[in-house]
Amino acid sequence: MKVNLVVNGKHATVDADPAMPLLYALRDDLGLNNPKFGCGRAQCGACTVHVNGVPTRSCVTPVGSTAGKNVTTMSGLGTAEKPHPVQAAFIAEQVPQCGYCLNGWVMTAAALLRDNPTPSDAQIRTALAGLKCRCGTHMAILRAVKRAVTMIA
Amino acid sequence: MDPFTIARRDFLKTSGALVVTLSLPAAVTTALSQSAGGKPPLTPDQLDSWIAVLPNGNVTAYFGKMDMGQGVDVAIAQMVAEELDVAFERVEVVMGDTLLTCNQGGASGSTGIQFGGIALRNAAAEARRLLVERGAERLAVPADQLSVDNGVIMVTGNPRQKVTYGELIGGQYFQSTLDWNKRYGNPLAVKGKAQPKQPSEYKVVGKSFPQKIIAEKVMGRLQYITDVKVEGMLHARVIRPPTAGCGPVSVDESSIKSIPGARAVRVKEFIAVVAPREWDAVRAAEMLKVTWAPPCTPFPTMETLHDHIRKAKSIGGETPINKGDVEAALKGAHRVIEAEYEWPLQSHASMGPACAIADIKSDSGMLFTGSQKPHYGRNGCSKLTGVPLEKMHAKWIPGPGSYGRNDAGDASHDAALISKLVGRPVRLQYMRHDGTAWDPKGPAGVYRARAGLDAEGNVIAYDFFAKGFSRQDVSQIENDPKDTLAGQLTGYAPKATILFQTPAEKYEFANKRCGWECVGPLLDRVSPLRTGHFRDPLGAETHFASESFIDEIAHGTGADPVEFRLKYLKDPRHVAIVKAAADKAGWTPRSNPDRGKGDDMTGRGFSYTERNGTLVAVVCEVEVNRKTGRVWAKKFTVAHDCGQIINPAGLRIVIEGNVLQATSRTLFEEVQFDADRVKSVDWATYPILEIADAPQAIDIVLINRPEVAPSGGGEPSTRTVPAAIANAIFDATGVRLRKVPLTPQRMKEALRA
Ligand code: FES
Ligand code: FES
Repeated sequence: MKVNLVVNGKHATVDADPAMPLLYALRDDLGLNNPKFGCGRAQCGACTVHVNGVPTRSCVTPVGSTAGKNVTTMSGLGTAEKPHPVQAAFIAEQVPQCGYCLNGWVMTAAALLRDNPTPSDAQIRTALAGLKCRCGTHMAILRAVKRAVTMIA
Repeated sequence: MDPFTIARRDFLKTSGALVVTLSLPAAVTTALSQSAGGKPPLTPDQLDSWIAVLPNGNVTAYFGKMDMGQGVDVAIAQMVAEELDVAFERVEVVMGDTLLTCNQGGASGSTGIQFGGIALRNAAAEARRLLVERGAERLAVPADQLSVDNGVIMVTGNPRQKVTYGELIGGQYFQSTLDWNKRYGNPLAVKGKAQPKQPSEYKVVGKSFPQKIIAEKVMGRLQYITDVKVEGMLHARVIRPPTAGCGPVSVDESSIKSIPGARAVRVKEFIAVVAPREWDAVRAAEMLKVTWAPPCTPFPTMETLHDHIRKAKSIGGETPINKGDVEAALKGAHRVIEAEYEWPLQSHASMGPACAIADIKSDSGMLFTGSQKPHYGRNGCSKLTGVPLEKMHAKWIPGPGSYGRNDAGDASHDAALISKLVGRPVRLQYMRHDGTAWDPKGPAGVYRARAGLDAEGNVIAYDFFAKGFSRQDVSQIENDPKDTLAGQLTGYAPKATILFQTPAEKYEFANKRCGWECVGPLLDRVSPLRTGHFRDPLGAETHFASESFIDEIAHGTGADPVEFRLKYLKDPRHVAIVKAAADKAGWTPRSNPDRGKGDDMTGRGFSYTERNGTLVAVVCEVEVNRKTGRVWAKKFTVAHDCGQIINPAGLRIVIEGNVLQATSRTLFEEVQFDADRVKSVDWATYPILEIADAPQAIDIVLINRPEVAPSGGGEPSTRTVPAAIANAIFDATGVRLRKVPLTPQRMKEALRA
């Protein structure tokens, strides 16, 4: 079945089983490698993309359900010249170790700051709940999100 | 020995058949095209195996270890830039390619700088010496009248008389040799005639530099091992036995015939599926009907694991390190304090399950791996597939996290075997359950400690004994198929190395004895509970016990824990590290802990350890909730002394990662299993630390000792954390938790008791 969607601002067509998770469509059919397979069970966030602006675990989202929707991946969030403030802050704070978890943190933080540009420490922790970072970069993540807050302000 | 000596230009010829979406970085390609005089063999005694100067004067350093995200490559570039007197930005570090780098042991034991960096430092110093020698000839001025600034050699007092590195040697080989100790792996050492710089001359080492690769990661541009695509490749998934110790009876391939292009492959007990599309491979793995032999029940129950260890026959140990006569001193003691501690089995549970891409042909092989040991993995895959070693090329690509012998080594061998069987390039990625349930586990153990006190409360005897599963049930290097699941499933008999550990500290007790013994694996082959290296192997485990026990002795004698440690430490560096953490945390002895009001009790704990020359002391402040039993490690103060510091900002972040991961292991992590299977298969069944549990602050004091050779920073702070938390819990609650993980459930039970 053909599924039409908009990915990082461009029209895309995926010819696949509509039950196939969006993650595989992005990675294998559209060549967008940045969302990662971490668990396939909506438990870690490594596959997070925005679907119509909402942070979504693409590993459990059937590609068929995204027909006609706007999908943004981490590589579509900003550009090298103009990184998203969250990305700029993550670079400045030198957040990642392996970096395999980043899609979850960056995409979720970006949505948080869009909806609430001045979150408290507790609100940041709540918004980022459920995301995993096995390397333990949480301190730098928290610093980076706070830095992004000041960059947006 | 690593007999691999193929010339790099041959690599360019032989690898032409493989179309890979990866490209070597431009500088490397340029370096490879150097041809004058021919490339010397890739052996450690050749300077050209370590350093290349490009025509534009930029430098490529060939590092035979690799960086797993902690920025070791940045430190290596700093060390090379320093010795060569070129700008940091002009050094590129190439890692983890068996055709471009010598086997320095891969990422291993926090030795990236300690051993790996020293080889590069010596090579770079020698390269500078040779370049200055050539410059002296070219400029017809004695070498001692020359100075170097960013790759430009000039006459002192006449900077217009100059020549650049690029002009002298750019694009050509040094064709010069180094002294080499004839060893491969971590101990590999090389040295030229040149003396490296004195620390007082440093301009680059000791300064903070960021990791360039981080921008690539954050912008979603970095190619990970999971992103490598090879023309014509099939996607593969493995089928592990549903219960431990049972093999397949039959495989019904017709069960997946509705999936386009899907096939099953089987050799002995090894089963995998392949399909042109990844999602189809995932579905095929779920749908493939396999009849398995009836389950056996090789494991004790989780509740009885440590009893099993206590009772199990020793398969070997080390004669205890003995000072004085511990038995006699204990007998004569006024009082004896005793305690026993337990550490569970833990999973590496890397952020993503492992992935490898292999193309095994009848006479050559290519492996892309995320494993820490690409050189050894190449050797293992060569043995497993029969591809001659000199025709087997392995290339490391950054993967989804690595903290020792995780699942990546198994994935390499699985992928190689599947590729050989299907005659096509294969990309294998594990599913989450393969990564969590089937990675080699950090070993469980039981730790028994006794201290004898005299009437004044002085420690006159100290006795520490550890017993558990070997840290090398499977080897940390992936040299041999016997240490991999693919090997064991196809008939290689495993052979464990018996290795455990005793505490690393310098308490000067009059009589002191430390020993260990190992118990055999619970299942002798293809065991999901086989044990292996997990970050700071046995460090967290051992020092949870030993530093908790020091706290118990201190408490038993009515002494302040810091004061107690200082009483028995004499080595000045050890004394200094304890004082540094205590000072920074504002530690003051107090007679009664302030346990806080309301539901939250607060406390602070201390711990100190050594690891291969690196000293760490930690103060932890906790909050313990009376009602829920939740422990929050709210603040850490870490004092860290690893000798000479190369990159302070990088080191701080590495320490934070250690602290968080160790906190996770201490508070949350335990592999769940029952008699016939591992039940920890994902993040729900193997929970780790969440951001809600992250501390409020981590204060770090770095002690820099430029005159002391650098030791590692990648792991040592891991081992110091667990006891600091447990000791803080005791301070907060008056209750001692001796069994990791220190879960809310255990906390509540202990508070009730
Ligand atoms: S891969 Fe989707 S949440 Fe883990
Ligand atoms: S940086 Fe490795 S998992 Fe987050």
